[in-house]
Amino acid sequence: MFYRILIYNLKLTLRQRSDWLNPLLFFIIVVSLFPLAISTEKAVLIAIAPGVIWIAAVLASLLSLPQLFQADFIDGSLDQLLLQPEPLTYLVAAKLLAHWLTHQLPLILVAPLVGLLFQLSNHSIGILIISLLLGTPTLSLLGGIIAALIVSLRGQVSLLLPLLLLPLLIPLLLFATNVVLAAEQGFPINGQLALLAALMLLAMAFAPWVIAIALRIGVEV
Amino acid sequence: MNWHKFISPQWFYDFSGKCLPYLSIFTSLLFAYGLIGGLLFAPPDYQQGDGFRIIYVHVPSAFLSMLTYMAMAVCALISLIWRIKLADIMVRSAAPIGAWMTALALITGSLWGKPMWGTFWIWDARLTSELILLFLYLGYLALYNAFQNSAQGARAANILLLVGIVNIPIIHYSVYWWNTLHQGTTIKLTNSSIAPSMLHPLLAMIAAFMLYSLIVVVLRARNQLLWQESRAKWVKHAIS
Repeated sequence: MFYRILIYNLKLTLRQRSDWLNPLLFFIIVVSLFPLAISTEKAVLIAIAPGVIWIAAVLASLLSLPQLFQADFIDGSLDQLLLQPEPLTYLVAAKLLAHWLTHQLPLILVAPLVGLLFQLSNHSIGILIISLLLGTPTLSLLGGIIAALIVSLRGQVSLLLPLLLLPLLIPLLLFATNVVLAAEQGFPINGQLALLAALMLLAMAFAPWVIAIALRIGVEV
Repeated sequence: MNWHKFISPQWFYDFSGKCLPYLSIFTSLLFAYGLIGGLLFAPPDYQQGDGFRIIYVHVPSAFLSMLTYMAMAVCALISLIWRIKLADIMVRSAAPIGAWMTALALITGSLWGKPMWGTFWIWDARLTSELILLFLYLGYLALYNAFQNSAQGARAANILLLVGIVNIPIIHYSVYWWNTLHQGTTIKLTNSSIAPSMLHPLLAMIAAFMLYSLIVVVLRARNQLLWQESRAKWVKHAIS
């Protein structure tokens, strides 16, 4: 059932090309605005690059997260999901994995190019990719919690989601951008990477469970 | 013994009604002692002069901002697990108080920071995490108010509250983990690094703030109870 839901959700998103392509385009456009608006000097670009790339990744996921459970809620397939004999936690994990594969992985694949635009060194680009690989699952998982909490609120979802999610992401953003800056300045980064990984594992362990509880609350009207 | 009695709305309403007058008098006395002792009798600081006296508002409000959140989270957990109506009402009543305490801590902190650090605001770990705490309170209120069905809204908002609790240890230990501008703890059970003549009014102010918040929360909870239980017999009896 895990794989079925995973493949079903992957197919659903890939067939609707704008679903995964638009957030990606949004990411690239937002990132390219910053050098134009702030400065094209190399030192400035390197200093702002990790923050800009990470903030753009967060903003891009705000575009897709409201749809994560709400589309299913509206057409009724969420009710079917809740009625499955398998634990809901498990099924939710499949949906989140599909979301990560279709919405976060493309950003990570484009990130090296963006890093080149910002004149980052190859070493820093590598670290940036690692920070994205370790950080974006946490982003999807925390976003999933908020998306599940507000699943039944139709009109206000797109506004409420950022308001509730962004404060929770601040620690993640701090560690993730710090690690790239530290790498650029040649400091050791193992500690920060370990913290990012710890956040990810913590989110992986608890988020699907919390999401399952939140979905049950949201659906029961 | 039947412990269910203690969580019944009616018992809470009667009991809190009896306690509130005494609590209020005691709180006023503590406020009076703390304010007079802190503002008039405590000696000026050898470095900060009279400027340090804002500590008598800043420290209690910062302390309360975190304590309120912890108390709300405990009540939220109780309400999610055992579906106790009273716990839910307490969470909701405490949220605005907590938000205001956090705002007060931030405002007094930046007023204190201007003469002492030379800036209203600095992106220091403790300041930033206190700001996140304010956002968490506002997020709770926003989520709760977004639902038409208030029981459902309360449960969703309670979960958000519990997810946000990760921030509390970060605020508390931020001054140890990151060596930043904000000073570490001065008040400890033993060996406080503050003179007794300054410390005693401060402790009184913290206690006064705690009791004041408790009183306001209970008052709000009583109103909420009457509103929610307006069809029950005891309510008609209580307000007639």
